[in-house]
Amino acid sequence: MLLVITLLGVITITFVLSRVLPGSPVELMIGGHPTQEQIDAKKHELGLDLPIHEQFVMFVGNTIRGDFGTSLHTKQPVIEDIAERATATLELTTLAVVLIILIGVPIGVISAVHSNTMVDHAARTLSIAGVALPVFMAAILLQMVFYGALGWLPIQGRMSSVILLDYPFERVTGLYLVDTLLAGSWIAFKDAAAHMVLPLATLTLATLPMVTRITRNMMMEVLGEEYIRTAFAYGIPKRDIYYRYALKAVLIPLITVIGLAYGFLLGGSVVVEFVFDWPGLGGYVVRSITRSDFPASIGVTVVLATTYLSINLIVDMLYFAIDPRLRST
Amino acid sequence: MTAIGDEFKRTPVSEPSLALVVRHFVTSHVLFVVGAVVFTVIVICALFAPWVATHDPIAIVFADKLEPPSLDHLMGTDSLGRDIFSRVMFGARTSLMVGVVVTGLAILIGLPIGLLSGYFGGRVDTVLMRFSDVFLAFPPLLLPIAITAALGSGLINAMFALAVSWFPWYARIMRGSVIRVKNELYISAARAMGVSHTRTMIRHVVPNALTPVVVQGSMDFGYTILAAASLSFIGIGAQPPRMEWGLMAALSRSKFLDFWWTVTFPGLAIFVTVLAVNLLGDGIRDMLDPKHKEFR
Repeated sequence: MLLVITLLGVITITFVLSRVLPGSPVELMIGGHPTQEQIDAKKHELGLDLPIHEQFVMFVGNTIRGDFGTSLHTKQPVIEDIAERATATLELTTLAVVLIILIGVPIGVISAVHSNTMVDHAARTLSIAGVALPVFMAAILLQMVFYGALGWLPIQGRMSSVILLDYPFERVTGLYLVDTLLAGSWIAFKDAAAHMVLPLATLTLATLPMVTRITRNMMMEVLGEEYIRTAFAYGIPKRDIYYRYALKAVLIPLITVIGLAYGFLLGGSVVVEFVFDWPGLGGYVVRSITRSDFPASIGVTVVLATTYLSINLIVDMLYFAIDPRLRST
Repeated sequence: MTAIGDEFKRTPVSEPSLALVVRHFVTSHVLFVVGAVVFTVIVICALFAPWVATHDPIAIVFADKLEPPSLDHLMGTDSLGRDIFSRVMFGARTSLMVGVVVTGLAILIGLPIGLLSGYFGGRVDTVLMRFSDVFLAFPPLLLPIAITAALGSGLINAMFALAVSWFPWYARIMRGSVIRVKNELYISAARAMGVSHTRTMIRHVVPNALTPVVVQGSMDFGYTILAAASLSFIGIGAQPPRMEWGLMAALSRSKFLDFWWTVTFPGLAIFVTVLAVNLLGDGIRDMLDPKHKEFR
């Protein structure tokens, strides 16, 4: 229910934003130098001559049906543009979340268990520094080293066009790493993977500090609990205490962290996809905005916000499913 | 072996000397002091940019274009032959202004909302909080991008957009803080004496509920600088005549592989500034809000 209200709010905000857009989108849509009649006809077609509240109702209806109009740049329905690009973003962000969990959580735990040792100080210094580094700068530094200096990795797009031509594969899932494997094309897979490394590394580095920091704090809190101290007093081996008792208590709030990280990545992907020419939604947002392709920018904004909200909802439900204490309330 | 309670016994101590106090403060807040020193240097650079700069930051000298760093051009020159060091110094003005304006504006919007919401509760609370929650429903950076797109690219619009997408956090923090304060005896006392709601809020609630907001503001300062630089970098923030670090990096992006200094120094400037500001913010939080102190 709350989701519906918030979604309506999101649609309202984008509606308001779409009505204050600078310039005349109608002229842009027709192109060239349209006559007044042409403009009026187009306005009528789009319902822009209706009273504002009717326009709003129409906007909400269209949005719910996923009809965002036609992109001015690609000349195809915005929703198709979005569908084409969504998997690219999904592939990138999901892998980043996996990496962040695999790297960030253990670092946070180790940092907490060995608090105030060299390991802890090193981890915390890195995370303080990591937060201050702009995402685009991290991307550029990685490009300088691994493309410019070493020449190991590509820095643009998802695949080399040469390989795409020589080793075509069917887009079953839209996730290139999966599709190339399904097609059994090892060369295409390697190329797709190579293109993935730097954008993925950038996203991971950008989000890692937040995750290690939160994990560390949560772990420290749990380690201060009475039952952990009792366990120590009983002489239970440290390893069991840390990894069986304490970590278990941390896992639940960690779901929240993962949800947070996913949202953060959706935002971060805007910059990363822009820098790496990654053909996903983030790059699409920026490009449609700089080209004043307003149906596209509105459509993708609504879709990204809905995704973000859904992730938060799923996190809440997981929380509920995992923690029995919440169910009784 | 000391007897129990010994630690409570007073031993006459002479007043510690100023030098000792300073030394104690510095050693117990190393990072804060480092942050403060670096930040002060940056503020000085920004204020006195025309004097610190070695060249005219907007003078185009094609003969000197893309010079690597040297004694004459400390950070090299860009593709139009402009001195990057001088431009970075002037860029500090933009970034600091962004931090102050965005954080200030976000607090200015969020504070009254949180205050009313927390103070009156009930339906007012529900409406105001749902309203501000909607702004949190967008992934970070997406809402500012969308707002800037609607208003048109430019630093002023980008700052406004960042403030609008950031205010809900202050509304929430203020609300929580107000709820804690409003049940204090002195508030009831004020009300019982016939002080009006408005006066109670302004004179008694706000001053006592402000600390968490200040703490959050000092922590967010660096974030706003980063976000504004990112907007400028993707082309919808600051526009060319303005000297802004993110924009400087963006303009040299096509050349960074051959001319590393064109991108690296503006990027480094952002990094150092945000790092200093964050260290400062962490220190302020630790001092004002001991509960929040990270477990050490």
